[in-house]
Amino acid sequence: MVVVGVIASALGIVFGLSIDWFPTIASVQAEKIKTLYDVLVIASVPIFVLVVTVVIGAVIRFRMRPGQEDMDGPPIHGNTRLEVIWTALPSMIILGLCVYAAAVLHDAEKAPAASAKELKIGVTAQQFAWTYTYPKELTGGAPLKTTQLVLPIGRSVEFQIVSEDVLHDFWVPNFSMKIDAVPGLTTRYRVTPNRLGTYPVVCAELCGLGHSVMRSQVQVVPPTAYAAWLKRKTAPPKATTSGGTAGAGNATAGKQVFADNGCGGCHVLADAGAKGQIGPNLDDVLKGATAAAIKTDIVDPNAQIAKGYGPDIMPANFGQTLSASDLASLVAYLKEATS
Amino acid sequence: MSAARVLRAPGFPRAGLGILIAVGFSYGITTLVRALYGWGPTIDGEAVTTVALIAGPFGFLIGLGAFDYWFRWARGAPTIPEDHSGHGARTWKDYFRVNTDHKVIGIQYTVTSFFFLLVGGLMAMLLRAELAEPGMQFVNANAYNGLFSVHASVLIFLFIIPVFAGLANYVLPLMIGAPDMAFPRLNALSFWMLPVAGTLFLLSFFAPGGSFSTGWTAYAPLSVNAPLGQTFFTVGVQFAGASSIATALNFLVTIITMRAPGMSFFRMPLLVWANFSTSLLVVIATPFIAASQFFVLLDRALGFNFFYAPKGGDVLMYQHVFWFYSHPAVYIMMLPGFGIISEILAVKARKPIFGYRMMAFSLLAIVVLGFTVWAHHMFVSGMQSWIRVPMMITTAVIAVPTGIKIFSWLATLWKGVLHLDTPMLFALGFLTMFTLGGISGVMLAMIPFTIHVSDTYFIVAHIHYVLFGGSLFTIFAGVYYWFPKMTGRMFDERLGKWHFWTTFIAFNCTFAPMHLIGIEGMPRRVADYSQQYAGWNLFISCASFVVGLSTLIFVYNMVKSWRGGMKAPANPWRAMTLEWQVSSPPPIFNFDTIPTVVGGPYEYGVPGAVHGVFKGAEVKSTAEPAEAGTAPAGD
Repeated sequence: MVVVGVIASALGIVFGLSIDWFPTIASVQAEKIKTLYDVLVIASVPIFVLVVTVVIGAVIRFRMRPGQEDMDGPPIHGNTRLEVIWTALPSMIILGLCVYAAAVLHDAEKAPAASAKELKIGVTAQQFAWTYTYPKELTGGAPLKTTQLVLPIGRSVEFQIVSEDVLHDFWVPNFSMKIDAVPGLTTRYRVTPNRLGTYPVVCAELCGLGHSVMRSQVQVVPPTAYAAWLKRKTAPPKATTSGGTAGAGNATAGKQVFADNGCGGCHVLADAGAKGQIGPNLDDVLKGATAAAIKTDIVDPNAQIAKGYGPDIMPANFGQTLSASDLASLVAYLKEATS
Repeated sequence: MSAARVLRAPGFPRAGLGILIAVGFSYGITTLVRALYGWGPTIDGEAVTTVALIAGPFGFLIGLGAFDYWFRWARGAPTIPEDHSGHGARTWKDYFRVNTDHKVIGIQYTVTSFFFLLVGGLMAMLLRAELAEPGMQFVNANAYNGLFSVHASVLIFLFIIPVFAGLANYVLPLMIGAPDMAFPRLNALSFWMLPVAGTLFLLSFFAPGGSFSTGWTAYAPLSVNAPLGQTFFTVGVQFAGASSIATALNFLVTIITMRAPGMSFFRMPLLVWANFSTSLLVVIATPFIAASQFFVLLDRALGFNFFYAPKGGDVLMYQHVFWFYSHPAVYIMMLPGFGIISEILAVKARKPIFGYRMMAFSLLAIVVLGFTVWAHHMFVSGMQSWIRVPMMITTAVIAVPTGIKIFSWLATLWKGVLHLDTPMLFALGFLTMFTLGGISGVMLAMIPFTIHVSDTYFIVAHIHYVLFGGSLFTIFAGVYYWFPKMTGRMFDERLGKWHFWTTFIAFNCTFAPMHLIGIEGMPRRVADYSQQYAGWNLFISCASFVVGLSTLIFVYNMVKSWRGGMKAPANPWRAMTLEWQVSSPPPIFNFDTIPTVVGGPYEYGVPGAVHGVFKGAEVKSTAEPAEAGTAPAGD
């Protein structure tokens, strides 16, 4: 049975390690956590196999056979040596794991060697949207408030997270780190992205009706692309409108604004393929609305609330987070798409 | 009987009247106060409802007669000796009144809890139907959040915690050779607070804005700003909690003072030890969840700003107070199960429990350690960071006493003569599944890993391995094991085995894949999820429906066997503990002769060993009701 147990443990460990548990690893911290998990699997499988093997072994060897109905087992009351072993051995394994985990934690949270070069980016959580603030140290001018999160690869970034209403939790599964956004506190953690790509930002703490659609994206890009993006975002607005007239707005650009800002998470809009169920169906409620009314609906959502929906559900700060031209484009697009 | 007399006698008509009076009172007092302060509108539905939710249950309980004896005694009126004449149950109607017999209360508790298991399980089926594919199909986001919140609250506060109290209520006094619990009237009140709490939880679905939808954790400030349904939880928890505390006190006093002659602490069956430990946890910890919900209630109803940061409130304080109860609550939901498993394994393996004393001490070690780990639920909450490593160590160290129990159970099996019937199958299923839940628990103690998986489906998998593979399997084991004693009938063994295997397989298919999708990044408590998790979610939903169907086998078996099963002998399992030494079901005051305990409870295989002997004077079980005036003072 010992042989069976050893073989089963070995197979179990191979099986456990061969499963692709984690999402694509995209940060230094996630790599360390994945290694920790592998160690935990290696330590856990033999214990589980031990219990299962003894249970199955006992069932096979000691199950009651015909004629044994009135028999009892031998009156064994205990064995001090065994009891000492199964107290001491697990204690040592557990303390060892704790020391290792504490070391991983320390590594994951420690400041980078070149701490002066660390990016510090503000994250604001609110029902049900994320906005990011690039401070003036990064932009070189006014702070940039945006719904897009773009990070350069290979550079440590500290997120400084605040909440405007209830608890949220800022999590990029591919980065592995997370922390709650707590009203009244600034919470923080740091990651070093190490893989190019676009990854989901997820709210991990139940925050109300739209919790499951409180999503955003993070793009990890080469440093030059990051610099170019930052420069483009902080340039005067007229440079960013691509061909549209700034005042009237460009419906084609507006479609992109609609997508970038997660409007479809909460609203139905057939033209954009959006199927959100939190807020009113835009195809219905905006039908025939004037551009001014649509603009008010976006920047001051509590002014007029569609029948059957409550107040304070839609973020009230799109007037601040969207640039004037983006807002104009979005209004133009919504008017066109729902007419 | 005239209508007036019906309304004056304790019972459901008077309980209905009590609720009406309470609602009228709530209407009056809120309107009066609002008028005096000049608040508009003077009649506020939400304010009336909040007060009525507190007052209504008292009206119900008083009307039902749960306080009659105490009220009479307090005002010096002759008391009605209902503890004798009303003891026991002769018809099914006796289960629907305030009854002081621990055996009646045990069955009331157990059946009520299983009703709530079915309700909570049905909600799980709706949740899984919604999650079967991405996008929204059956319910909207609000209804979804409401369903998982009520699912968890009902199954925690109205199934797992009370069903253990119910089973122990029935068998614990029998096991220690006592005629009843120490405080039978308090016991009756404890039970009747449960349907009150359950009714409040379920009524919340009819509140404007839907049921409470902030999870069973009800984190502030979300719960403070939530619609009216939240108040049904806030108040309901108070009644469930008060019920738990009263029962735990009752168990403690019963165990300490009412053991049969010769039953020293180290001759007690481990179920008694387990409930002793659990009761310590309940008495110390439960007031904390009561406090956390009072904070929320005061914030909601009276604007106290405990959790409103701009006014100096502290959001994290809610979590600390909440988890100071709710972590020990995990052991409240597990230790009684440990007791059940110890009973069953010893009897079904025909061997003494291996390392009896360490089994008892490890329970106490879990009680002590259980109070030192609450903040491991808050590793990503933003609390002060230095506390995390100490809490990680204490959390992981709990695996040591738990491991002692697992290994001792395995050693108990070894060289035994294993009777692999339904209770034993569930006990062995528990051993393996709980080990898996324990292992993922140790993983979750490791802070960096928890940072990644907290609030994901990995957590959902872990708690279901602990509470379903752990607690619920022990509950099934215990219900099958004591079914003959409680009902006087044998259950259908073939259906029992079917129940075990379908549940065991479907349970694993449902919850094992959740570990994977959790680590992959699927957050919990979401009505909608990204396309990449679609395949596993469909598989999980299908498996969960099999779990639901397998439960119907259990229900059918219980109903059928209770109505027409084979008559059970006094001791079908050849067990040594005292509850099996009396008839099935036991006589009205449990023992015709007071037992004397002369040895340990698990001396299987020891030639000539007995646990208790029945000698000496016969107790008059059909005692005349004591004179009303001389009845013992109120409890």
